[in-house]
Order: sequence, then C-alpha cells, then structure tokens
Amino acid sequence: MTDLARDMPITRSAVSQHLQILKSVGLVTDRAVGTRRVCTVDPHALAVTRAYFDAFWTRSLAALRDGAEQQPEER
Amino acid sequence: MTTHTATAEVSTHIEVQAPIAHVFDVFTGQIGSWWDTDHHILGAPLAEMIFERYVGGHIIDRGIDGSQSRWARVLAYEPPTRVCFSWDINLHWQLETDPAKTSEVEIVFTELSPDRTHVALTHRHLDRHGEGWESRCASGFLTRTHTPPWCCG
Repeated sequence: MTDLARDMPITRSAVSQHLQILKSVGLVTDRAVGTRRVCTVDPHALAVTRAYFDAFWTRSLAALRDGAEQQPEER
Repeated sequence: MTTHTATAEVSTHIEVQAPIAHVFDVFTGQIGSWWDTDHHILGAPLAEMIFERYVGGHIIDRGIDGSQSRWARVLAYEPPTRVCFSWDINLHWQLETDPAKTSEVEIVFTELSPDRTHVALTHRHLDRHGEGWESRCASGFLTRTHTPPWCCG
C-alpha cells in the first residue's frame, strides 16, 4: 500500500479508497504480511470478464443508438 | 447506465430516438455499421459483418483477405422485439466449438413511443467460459478496451 501510494500522484487515503472499490468487485485481493498489506490483482477472476463485457456492450449500444438515430429508415 | 444483476452476467440498456422496427433492423441487418471494427478474431482487418436473420443462422465476420469466422449462433430471432445469440469465442480469443462453454447475449427491444425505443442487453453465463483469461492480457483489457485483445503482450 505504501509502495503503491508513493508512485501515485494522489494521497495514500485516495489509493486506499480506490483499492477498496477494486476489492469489492473482486479484482484485487489483499493479505497481511507482517505490518504490510500486499495487494494482488486477480487476472483470472470472473470480475475481469464482466468488466470487459460491461465496457464493451456499453460502448456498443451507444454506437447502435448513434447509428440508428442518424441512418434514414427503410420504408 | 449499467447494472449487475448476477455475478455471471452483465446488463446494460439505452434509449434510442427511432422507431422499434428501425432500431431492430440496424442492430441485426446493419450490425457492421455500429460494431467496433477492431473487435473481431480474424487475422486480417474486418471487411464486413453478416447477421443471418433466422434461428440457426450465424453472425459472420469476413476479413479483407476473404477469411471468415462464424462466431455466433442465432438462438432467437423475433423481430422487432427480441434477438438472442451465442458468444462462441473463448477467453483466448479463439472460436469455441463446445456450446457448453459459450455464453449468450439477449437483446430486448421495447417501444416507448412510435419514435422512441428502449434497448436492453444481457450477456449471461459468462462463467461458462471458465476462468482462463489470458493473464498477460487481462490487466490490459481493463484499460485498453479499444485495443484488439490479440494485440496484448
């Protein structure tokens, strides 16, 4: 956590908040090692699959909307 | 706006200022007009996409070199209100031939008024793909979703 915060242009508190969000959706796990907490990104988590399709379909439906609103109807 | 209703699916919806029949036609018959052209599994750039508009048909990607990929099976085709197809691509971005390991995409179109349509999309059974995301790509997917997945690493 300290290592992460050192490399970020944001406060340690903000890093902690972001990590809490990532943990809540299952993308990051953490464990205590002595006095430190070690965070691990889980690339195999189903959450990664979901995050990918979530972004993909949100983007795609926006493109569908733009296309349907611009293209003339075939009657 | 996006909501998660179960761990193995994602749902999203949108409203479109167009009649339901037109929105359904653009989604299916003109899929190539809105699909992200970087998002396919062909080795060559995408030339066109074909949505075969009947149950048992396929969604077919054709590359500029003539190669093609039938990467989805049309499971339901009910114009202008509903369409469902399989997602026959595995987590290594190759065609999945075992239907038990494929997910499903369902789109429901609802007429809000004669010129306004609600589109709800659900991609379910994502767990059927297993947990084998190409790990060297996985972190890239989160931040580089516009990049063709096979370009990772």
